[in-house]
Amino acid sequence: MAYTDYETVVGLEVHAELNTQSKIYCSCKNAFGLEVNTQCCPVCMGMPGTLPTLNEKVVEYAVKMGYALNCTINPISKQDRKNYFYPDLPKAYQISQFDIPLCEHGYVDVLVDGEEKRIGVTRIHIEEDAGKLIHDDSFTGTLVDFNRCGVPLIEIVSEPDMRGSKDAKAYLETIKSILQYLGISDCKMQEGSIRCDINVSVHKKGEPFGTRVEMKNVNTFSGAVRAIEYEADRQIKALEAGEEISQETRRWDDAKGVNFLLRSKEDAQDYRYFPEPDLSTIVLDEDYLASIKATIPELPNKKIIRYMKEYGLPEEDAGLIVDNMEKSALFESVVGMGKVKPKNASNWILGDVSRVMNETNKPLSELNIPAENLSQLIELVEKNVISNSTGKTVFEEMLKTGDAPQKIVDAKGLGQISDEGALKAIVDEVVANNQKSIEDYKNGKTNALGYLVGQCMKASKGKGNPAVMKELLMGHLQ
Amino acid sequence: MELYKLQASELSQMLQNKECSSVELTKSVLGRIDAKEDQIKAYLSVDKEGALQKAQEVDDRRLKGEDLHPLAGIPIGVKDNICLKGMPATCASRMLENFVPPYNATVIEKLNQTDCVYLGKLNMDEFAMGSSTENSAFQKTRNPYNTDYVPGGSSGGSAAAVAAGEAVVTLGSDTGGSIRQPAAYCGVVGLKPTYGSVSRYGLVAFASSLDQIGPMGRSVKDLALTYSAICGKDPMDTTTVSREYPDFTKNLKSDVKSLKIGLPKEYFAEGVTADVKEAVMKVAKEYEKLGATLVEVSLPSTDYALSAYYIIASAEASSNLARFDGVKYGYRSPNYANLEELYENTRSEGFGDEVKRRIMLGTYVLSSGYYDAYYKKAKFTQQLIQQQYADAFTQCDLLLTPTTPDTAFKIGENVSDPIKMYMNDLLTVMINIAGLPAISMPCGFDQKKMPIGCQLIGSKFSEQTLFDTANCYEQLVGGFDLSATLQ
Repeated sequence: MAYTDYETVVGLEVHAELNTQSKIYCSCKNAFGLEVNTQCCPVCMGMPGTLPTLNEKVVEYAVKMGYALNCTINPISKQDRKNYFYPDLPKAYQISQFDIPLCEHGYVDVLVDGEEKRIGVTRIHIEEDAGKLIHDDSFTGTLVDFNRCGVPLIEIVSEPDMRGSKDAKAYLETIKSILQYLGISDCKMQEGSIRCDINVSVHKKGEPFGTRVEMKNVNTFSGAVRAIEYEADRQIKALEAGEEISQETRRWDDAKGVNFLLRSKEDAQDYRYFPEPDLSTIVLDEDYLASIKATIPELPNKKIIRYMKEYGLPEEDAGLIVDNMEKSALFESVVGMGKVKPKNASNWILGDVSRVMNETNKPLSELNIPAENLSQLIELVEKNVISNSTGKTVFEEMLKTGDAPQKIVDAKGLGQISDEGALKAIVDEVVANNQKSIEDYKNGKTNALGYLVGQCMKASKGKGNPAVMKELLMGHLQ
Repeated sequence: MELYKLQASELSQMLQNKECSSVELTKSVLGRIDAKEDQIKAYLSVDKEGALQKAQEVDDRRLKGEDLHPLAGIPIGVKDNICLKGMPATCASRMLENFVPPYNATVIEKLNQTDCVYLGKLNMDEFAMGSSTENSAFQKTRNPYNTDYVPGGSSGGSAAAVAAGEAVVTLGSDTGGSIRQPAAYCGVVGLKPTYGSVSRYGLVAFASSLDQIGPMGRSVKDLALTYSAICGKDPMDTTTVSREYPDFTKNLKSDVKSLKIGLPKEYFAEGVTADVKEAVMKVAKEYEKLGATLVEVSLPSTDYALSAYYIIASAEASSNLARFDGVKYGYRSPNYANLEELYENTRSEGFGDEVKRRIMLGTYVLSSGYYDAYYKKAKFTQQLIQQQYADAFTQCDLLLTPTTPDTAFKIGENVSDPIKMYMNDLLTVMINIAGLPAISMPCGFDQKKMPIGCQLIGSKFSEQTLFDTANCYEQLVGGFDLSATLQ
C-alpha cells in the first residue's frame, strides 16, 4: 500500500472565547481562574423564570472577525436553542445560531511553505460556553463550576479546504493571530480559550472525497496536528484492509495520542434546534457595519507577505515580528523613519529587543525602547559611529536610563574612531608588543589577525573602528 | 360592610381618607382566607406575617403624610409561577416543591414600588399547563360559585381567590387562556395583555413566545390600576416593547359611541352552548344600544388555531422545562446509579402526567424529520392568524366573543379526556398566537347558575380601548355581581 496515493481532507470548527468584559447573556464578569461558582447569577445558572439579554459587544466582536475573514455579514440574523442534557449546561439548551449565522461565505489566506493558500470559511456564529465538571480524588461524584457558563464564544467553521495537518496548522495559527490582532480573544490555549473540532476524511488522489469522521476535544494546535495524522493513518489503514469508513464522532485523547469512538451516526444527537423565543432578531444597520469594518487593522497573514515583499525579510523573520503586535508596530515605526535598513531593524527586534521582553516579561510599552531611539541606535551602528558590540552596551544603557543613544555615546565617549591618523599610534603599539603573532601570521596562521584586531580594540577601549584598524594591521603584515 | 368584599379602587380611596387602615384590610382578607380556604383551596402558601408587617409599614408611612401609590396597602395574591424573593415558587409541581427563588420577577419589583401587600402564592395547573387547576400536584382549587366545579385554569387559584374575597386583586399568567378562562368560570375580570407589554422576567416559562402576566380582579378599574403598575419596557426581558405606557386609570371612559365592534362568526359556531351565545349576544346588543356598531367579521383560520397553539406551546415548553433535571435545584430522585437514571427518574417522578404529555409532544414536533411538518407549519399558521386579525381590525375597533364555549365543568369531568380539556381553550388561544390583548368579563349565568364570560379582543397595545369598553358594560350593569361568592 502506498500512503502517498492518498490525500487527507480537513475541515475545522474553531471555538474561540471572546474577551468581553461581561458574559454573553448576563452582566456577570467574563473572567478565567476565579474561585469556583463566584462568577455566576440566576441568569447564567438558568434559574426558573430568568431571561437572557444579548451583550452587544459579542455581536461587534463576531462581526469584526467576520470582516477579517472576508465574510458576508447578515444584517438580520437570529439566535436558536440547541437542546441537549448535560450537567454543565444549566438550561439544558445552549443558545447558539443555527440557520442564519452572523457571518457567512468568507475565506482566509494562509501561508504554507511560503505559498499562499485560500481556505474557505463557511460561517461564524455566536454562542454561549457551558460550565465545567470537576472530578477529583478528594471527593466522590462530580461537581459543577458554573463560572464559564455564558462566556461568549464564536464558532468559526471552515470549508474542507485543507489537505493534511500542515495546512490545518497554518490555518489555526492564522486564525489565532487574527483573533489577537483584532483584540477580541486572549487565545490562551492553556485556559481553553481556543478549542477545535476536526473533520477528517481521506481519498485516493483523483477520486471523490471519503466519508468524514469528526474528532472532538482537541485543545492545542500541536494536538490538532497529531490528531489529524493519527486519524488519516487510521482511515487509510482501514481502507487498505478493505473496511469502510463510517461517519462517526471520535474523541481525541492527546495524552495517549489516540482517538476513541464517541458515537456512531445512528446515535447522533438530535439537538432539536428552534428559534430562541426569549431573544429578538439581531438587526445590524449599514452605518453600524461600516463603523465596525473601519476598525479592522491590516491582518497578520497579509502583513507577513508585505514584509517579505516590501522589506525583503525572510518568511520566518517576518512571521516572528508579525506574530507580536508590539514588535510589529515597533518595526514599522523604525522602518518608517527611513533611516535604517529593514533587515537591521528586524535583527535588533528579534534579537535584543525580544530577549529583553522575554527576560523582563514586560510589554514594550513598559520598556525604554521608543522607535526613535532604536532607529538612532541602529543608525549609529550602520554609520560606524559605534561598533556592533558598543551598540549592545548603548542599548543596555538606553533601557536603564531612557536616554537617547546619541546622548549616551556622547556622554560616555563611546563614539567609534575611524580616523587613520588617530588609530595609527594604537596599531603601531600593538604591532610592537606582539611580534610573535606577526610572525605566526606570516607563517600562515591567519587566525592571528583576529587576535591582533582584538588587541587593537582593547587598546582603543573599544572605540576604534575595527575595519580601519584591520586595514592598518595589514600594512604591517605584508 | 366587610373590607374584603370591596374593590381596590374603593379601598384605595378609603385608605387615603383613613376610613380604614391597611392592617384592618389585610386582617379582613386574611380572615376571609382562614374562613374559606378549607373549601376553596386557592392558595399554596400564605404569608400572614409578611402581609401584616407590610400593611403596618404602609399605615405608618401614611400617617406620616407620605404620598402613596393607589395600590399601597392593598392585599394582592400572586400565581405560584411568578418569582417572589424568599417565598416558594412551586409552579404547583413536585419538581419545585422546595424551590424558593433568590430573586424577584420584574412585575414584583414594579409592584414593590406601589407598596402593595403580598398575601401569598396561588394554586395553578402544574407549570400553567391545564384548564381546570386539577393538574396541581398539591391540591384542587374549587369554584367559589359551586365547589363541585373547577375554577378553570391554569390561573384557577388567582380567579377563585378574587371571586371568594380571598384577595382584592391577583396576578395570573396567560399562555393560551389561563387568565381569561378561569376569570370567565369564576365570574371575575381578567386581562391578558399585549405580548411584550409586561415583562416575563421571573415568570417561570411555559411557552416563552406566548406567556404573559396579567391582572385579575372584581372590576375593570382594578385591572387598569394593576396593569398600569406592572406594564412597561424591561431591560431584563428583550421581548418587551419600548413605548409610552400611560396610567390607564386616568382616562378610563365608559363610552362606546362610534365604536365598531366585530363579531367573528367562527367564535359563535358549533360547540359554543346556546346559553353562552345568548349571553354574549345580549352584551353586543347593549353596546349597540349605547351607540356602538356591530359588524360581522371572519377569522377563517380559527379551525387551525388550536393545533398551531399546542404545537408551538409544547415545543417551547419541552425546551423550557428541560432545565428541571435534578442537578441544580428542585426535586432530585433518590433512585439513580448514573447520570442517565438521575435525569430519567427525576423527571419521571417530578412531573405530572399533563406536563409529561406536553414535553413529549413538544420534543416530537421539534425532532429532526418532523420539524418542517409540525413546528414550521404551526409558525406559518401563526402568521396567517396574525394577518387575519389585522384584516379584521380594518373593519372594526375590537372583537366581542365568548371567552369559553361553555361554563365551568365538574371536577373530574374532563380529566381522562385531554382533547375535550383542550377544547376549553378554543376561543382564547388565538389571541396568544396573535400576541393581542383581551379581557374576559362576566356577562350572566347559564342554566347551571355558573358564570358566563365574554371576551373583548383588541389590536396590539389597545388596552385602553378594552378597559373603556369593558368599563362601559360594567357601569351599565351596575358593577359585576359577586354577591354569591363573597357571602
